[in-house]
Amino acid sequence: MDLFEYQARDLFEAYGVPVLAGRIADTPEEAEQAAKEIGGTVVIKAQVKTGGRGKAGGVKLAHNPQEARERAEEILGLDIKGHVVKRVMIAQGAQIDKEFYFSVLLDRSNRTFLSLCSVEGGVEIEQLAVERPDALAKVPISAVSGIDKAKALEIAKQAGFPAELQDKVSDVFVKLYEVFTKEDATLVEVNPLVLTADGDIIALDGKVSLDDNAEFRHEREEMERDQLDPLEAKAQALDLNYVKLDGEVGIIGNGAGLVMSTLDVVAYAGERHGSVKPANFLDIGGGASAEVMAAGLDVILNDPQVKSVFVNVFGGITACDAVANGIVGALNTLGDKASKPLVVRLDGNNVDQGRAILADYAHPLVTLAETMDGGADEAAKLANR
Amino acid sequence: MAIYLDSNSKIIVQGMTGAEGMKHTQRMLAGGSNIVGGVNPRKAGESVEVEGKSLPVFGSVAEAMEKTGANVSVIFVPPDFAKAAIIEAIDAEIPLAVAITEGIPVHDSAAAWAYNVEKGKKTRLIGPNCPGIISPEQSNAGITPSNITGRGPIGLVSKSGTLTYQMMFELRDIGFSTAIGIGGDPVIGTTHIDALEAFEKDPETKAIVLIGEIGGDSEEKAAEYISKNVSKPVVAYVAGFTAPEGKTMGHAGAIVSGSAGTAQAKKEAFEAVGVKVGKTPSETAELMREIVSKL
Repeated sequence: MDLFEYQARDLFEAYGVPVLAGRIADTPEEAEQAAKEIGGTVVIKAQVKTGGRGKAGGVKLAHNPQEARERAEEILGLDIKGHVVKRVMIAQGAQIDKEFYFSVLLDRSNRTFLSLCSVEGGVEIEQLAVERPDALAKVPISAVSGIDKAKALEIAKQAGFPAELQDKVSDVFVKLYEVFTKEDATLVEVNPLVLTADGDIIALDGKVSLDDNAEFRHEREEMERDQLDPLEAKAQALDLNYVKLDGEVGIIGNGAGLVMSTLDVVAYAGERHGSVKPANFLDIGGGASAEVMAAGLDVILNDPQVKSVFVNVFGGITACDAVANGIVGALNTLGDKASKPLVVRLDGNNVDQGRAILADYAHPLVTLAETMDGGADEAAKLANR
Repeated sequence: MAIYLDSNSKIIVQGMTGAEGMKHTQRMLAGGSNIVGGVNPRKAGESVEVEGKSLPVFGSVAEAMEKTGANVSVIFVPPDFAKAAIIEAIDAEIPLAVAITEGIPVHDSAAAWAYNVEKGKKTRLIGPNCPGIISPEQSNAGITPSNITGRGPIGLVSKSGTLTYQMMFELRDIGFSTAIGIGGDPVIGTTHIDALEAFEKDPETKAIVLIGEIGGDSEEKAAEYISKNVSKPVVAYVAGFTAPEGKTMGHAGAIVSGSAGTAQAKKEAFEAVGVKVGKTPSETAELMREIVSKL
């Protein structure tokens, strides 16, 4: 899960990383009030999870509360690369002397952590990495020993910080690493990390991604989440692994790899049938019960874009008879409202029982497919009718 | 022969007494694996009846190894205790540890991996979040169904469990030396390259199927490795061409970020080194069938 800037700022503050005062506002009135409380010049910043806010007019200066209100009015509702601004952060203004870059992240390729740091901050780091790779220090971080003061000083030196700043910035690096480990983050990035005219080091803008797998050990206060598609929200409430896509063939399968593969095979089949495409990713997981199968079908059949459904299951732990019973249950519940054709391919654990259940049920909307390719083709054909 | 796991493997199950552990211990035994015991500190000294066999429960991996001569551990411990379980296996220096558990925090997997590296990698770790490893008709350490197919000349390494089953099923008339599911998490123990290296050395393996998916650069690195180090024929399959950017497709590691980790880039990396890539699992199986027919 990626955090909004203000959420990252609050996390930083909780760990003693120096940040400027910041308040969130959802209306121009709240923005005015926040500017009044903070005092002086403030910056109004759109809270959207995409880059290029500044260029899109999502970051503006305001010298007094009245201006803060006006600027917030301009920014709220703005569409920045498909993200509509619903919330702004009112941040205290600062006299910036220099801009730096710091991040610590999961380095998947090397199965360890990595710190990136540069004294040339404020620019897109991907751009810096390409154009001036020497200006970007890359320091591998052990997942066992982490970033202690000595490692932090090493990062500061490698990045080219002047001697008089090394001690100060390295203290901040140690705290940012604490955010990274204690919050189970996969990315903690500060860009820019600034030196103010008063000689303070401040994290001015931050990006934090948290590991969803670690949520069980964090008691977080209710956080603002991304606005989900209504079907995605419904699937999430049912604990289903679902991603909404933009096609006509609903897909249900077991196992992430097989479901991804099923989407591809359906897309290829669609090339022969009026360019129909997969409508979603839905993995019912290992050992799925009839209830899970029925819940999955319910989500997919409620997608108005879906014209046909392809159920592709290779039973490992999942039993094909449970899948078949889930389909029967879902269709019984729908009764006369069931109108979309289902193509079902079953193989593996209890396949004969599963196929027999569907053959006996003999529902006019259900077709049994012998193979994955055959099923994908049939489902694409039905979606193109 | 086979790789990592064969008829001499003696398997213990960490988390055997839990629901998942029990179910799969039973399935592994029914499939012919030599399971010699389980580990659960709270039930040490007890024994469990499974498939007509009495399996002792030990207090630690080290004790289980000492008493039974076990050389493989399969880990079914829930995510919050999985790191401790993997580290215990590493401390006991068991030659092979297979972590099936799904949903382990990546900081835990990274710490366990770093620990294994510090200890000199005496334990081969497979997973986490994987179906495990099977050498058909010899042994099965994990959750792969034992009866999909039998022993044969193909080696298989895959990020995905169900695609492993699908591919074994497609090529069931030929059979496999060993099939390994390495797992779909961002940090895993055994990589595509590790498996390729072992298959290259294994005399029973004549050809290799590699299955990848979106996310990370494991496939690109494997392609480079194949071009320099693998003489046996390899065919590849990559899942996730239709996956949109920025959305996690089931596996924690299956995500396209910007231009990194796309299926297209992986396919091109394989083709650039002469590895044929099937468009679908069935087409991939056909490519392998052609290769095997000429062996």
